[in-house]
Amino acid sequence: MTDMTTASPAAVARNAGSLLEHGDRTRNRHASERRFRILGLIAVGFGILALVGLLTSILVNGVSSFRQTYVTLDVQLDEAKLDKTGNRNTEELRKVTTFVYAPLIEKALAQFIEERGIAVEGLTKKDVSGIISKEAPASLRSVVLADPSKIGGTVSFDVLTDGRIDGYYKGRVTMASAELDRNVSPAQLKLADALKDAGALNTRFNWDFLTAPDASDTRPEAAGLGVAILGSAYMMLIVLALSLPIGVAASIYLEEFAPSNRITDTIEVNIANLAAVPSIVFGILGLAVFINYAGLPQSAPVVGGLVLMLMTLPTIIIATRAALKAVPPSIREAALGIGASKMQTIFHHVLPLAAPGILTGTIIGLAQALGETAPLLLIGMVAFVREYPSAPPEGFFDPASALPVQVYNWTQRGDPAFVERASGAIIVLLIFLVIMNGLAILLRRRFERRW
Amino acid sequence: MDMYANNTVAGKIGERAMAEKSNAVKMRGENVNVFYGEKQALFDVNLDILENQVTAMIGPSGCGKSTFLRCLNRMNDTIDVCRVTGKITLDDENIYDPGVDVVELRARVGMVFQKPNPFPKSIRENIAYGPRIHGLTRSKTDLEEIVVTSLQKAGLFEEVKDRLDAPGTGLSGGQQQRLCIARAIAVQPSVILMDEPCSALDPIATAKVEELIDELRENYTIAIVTHSMQQAARVSQRTAMFHLGNLVEIDQTDKIFTNPEDKRTQDYITGRYG
Repeated sequence: MTDMTTASPAAVARNAGSLLEHGDRTRNRHASERRFRILGLIAVGFGILALVGLLTSILVNGVSSFRQTYVTLDVQLDEAKLDKTGNRNTEELRKVTTFVYAPLIEKALAQFIEERGIAVEGLTKKDVSGIISKEAPASLRSVVLADPSKIGGTVSFDVLTDGRIDGYYKGRVTMASAELDRNVSPAQLKLADALKDAGALNTRFNWDFLTAPDASDTRPEAAGLGVAILGSAYMMLIVLALSLPIGVAASIYLEEFAPSNRITDTIEVNIANLAAVPSIVFGILGLAVFINYAGLPQSAPVVGGLVLMLMTLPTIIIATRAALKAVPPSIREAALGIGASKMQTIFHHVLPLAAPGILTGTIIGLAQALGETAPLLLIGMVAFVREYPSAPPEGFFDPASALPVQVYNWTQRGDPAFVERASGAIIVLLIFLVIMNGLAILLRRRFERRW
Repeated sequence: MDMYANNTVAGKIGERAMAEKSNAVKMRGENVNVFYGEKQALFDVNLDILENQVTAMIGPSGCGKSTFLRCLNRMNDTIDVCRVTGKITLDDENIYDPGVDVVELRARVGMVFQKPNPFPKSIRENIAYGPRIHGLTRSKTDLEEIVVTSLQKAGLFEEVKDRLDAPGTGLSGGQQQRLCIARAIAVQPSVILMDEPCSALDPIATAKVEELIDELRENYTIAIVTHSMQQAARVSQRTAMFHLGNLVEIDQTDKIFTNPEDKRTQDYITGRYG
C-alpha cells in the first residue's frame, strides 16, 4: 500500500487504509486489554469466593449457638432444704450452695418421667440426671436468690440441658457418635427424645449466649459473651475518649501549626511507622508500662483500652491529617482574609469540613481495635472471668474479657461444643464490625461536601 | 489589538480622569522586597495606594503583582518560607511592625480572591461570620442589619433576599463573588484587596462586579490585581505595571494606557508579550 522507505513512513502507514481493518499493533493491544480484564475478573472472583467460604463456614458452625435446648420442669422449692430457719434472710440463703439445689432439679425430672410413664430402662439415676447441665442448679439458685418469696412453692423452670443433648438437636451428636462417647449414651439421647415428645424439651433462642458470662470447660452449654461484650465496650469507650481528642489535637498541631523542620519530619515518619508496628509489641509495652510500672490491674479494660488507644492513635492521626489536607486552601484564605485568627479558622471552618473524614478514620481505627487480640493476651485479658465488671468508671478496673480474646479462648478448649460457641462469638464480633464500618460509610456519604 | 488599546480604552479613561481629584495616601510600600526561600519575588517596590481610588496592578504572570497585593494584608504570613523586608504602611503605621496583630490588620484590609470562596454555610452566615468574630454587634437585629446592608452594597440583596438561609455555595459564580465582596465589606474594612476577582467569571458577571467596584470606591480604597488590561482601564484610576518582580511604573491609568514611559509597559499593553 505504501512505500515504507519514503520520508516519514510511519505517518503514511497510519493514515492509509480503512479504520475498520485492524493492524497487528491494534490486535495486540486489544488482546492484552482482554487478558488484563480476565486477570482482574479472576482476582475479584477469587476474593469473593474466599469471603463466601469464610462466611459460610462461620455461619454453618456458629448460627446454632444462638439456639439452646432446655427442659421445662416444675421444680418444687423445698423450704426445709433451702431455708431451714424460715425467715428468708438473704445472708443465710446465700450460704445454701448449688449442691442443695441439684437434687431439687433431679427430683423434678424424675417426677416428670414417672408421671408421663417414660421408659428409662438401662439408665441409672445418675444417667438420667446427666442430661441436665451442671450449670442448671446455679441458675435455679440465682432465680431463688433474686426472689426468696418463691421458696416453699413450685416454679416452672427452664432447665439447661447438657451440651451433648443440646448438640444432639443441632446435629453435632448422633446415636453413632454417642456409642463411642463416654459422656453421653444413646439411651440418654432416647430419653431426651421422649422428653421432647412429651413437650418438656424444646430448643429456643438463646439470649444467655449474649448476656451470660463465660463457663468452665465442662459446661459449654452455659458459656456466654456477656463479660466479653461488656469488656470490649468498656475498652472501646476508653479508646474513643482518649484517642479521638489526642489524635485530633496532634494532627491539627502537626498539620496547621508545626513549623516544617527536621523534628516534625521525624515525628511524621515515626507516626507512619507506628501504624505498621505489630500489635503484640503494643501488648508488651502495655505490660511493661501500665501493669509493671504504673501498677494498674491485670485483665482490666483500662489497660486494654490504653494499649488499644496507642494502637489506634496512628490510624486516627493519619486519617485526620488527610482529612485536614483535603479541605481546600481557599476556605482557609477566606476566613483569614476577613480577619479570623488561625484558631478561629481551624475550629470554625476547617475542622467542621474535615469532621466526616476524621470520624470515618476514627471508626475504622475503633473497628481495628475491637478485633485486636494479641496485645490483650499479654496484659492478661485472656483470663477466665465469670464476674461482670461493675458500671464505669470503677468497672474499668475490674477484670473482664474481650470479644476476640473470648473467641481465642474458646477455640483452645476440648469440647466440640466450644467450636460452635467460638463461631457464634465471631458472628457477634462481625456484626459489630459491620455496623461500625456501615456507620463510617454512612457518615462519609451523608456529610460529604463539594466545594 | 493595538488599535483597541489605544483608542477605545483610552477614550473611556479620558472621561474618568477628568472627574478625579487628588487623594491622600492610604497605603504605601517602601523598598518592599519579598523572598520565597532563596528566590526573590519582589525587588525594592515603592508604591502608593491612594484613598478612595482603585489602584490596578497589571503585568505578565509571575511578575509579583499578586505577591505584592498579599503583602498588603500580610496574607503571605501563612506561607512558611515567605520573608518580607522593607516597609508597608497603612495610614502611616507600619503593618510589618512586630506590635501589629494580623487579625486587626486583616479586619481593616479585607480581601477578595480569584476564585469565589464562600464558606459552605448559609448566605446569612457567610456575611455574619466576620462581624461576629470581631464583635461588631451586640444584638441579633444589628447583625441582621449588617447582613442586609452588606448584601445591598454588594448589589446582591435583591437576588438573594428570599433565600438568605440557602447555602452560599449554591449561588452562581458571579453571585458567589459578590457574596465574597459583601462578606469583606461586612467587617467594615477601609481597604479592599482584590486578586483577579473576575478571572473565574463570565462577561456579564464580570460587568456587574466591575460596576460594583466602581461604586465601592466612594467608601473604600481598592487595590485590584488583574490580567485583563481592559478591566484595569475600565475600573482603575491608577495603574501599576509589574515585570519580573520590579515595579516598572505607576501612574494615572489613562497615562499608562495612552502614553507609558517604559517600553515594557508599552509592549505589554499592546499585547506584544505576557
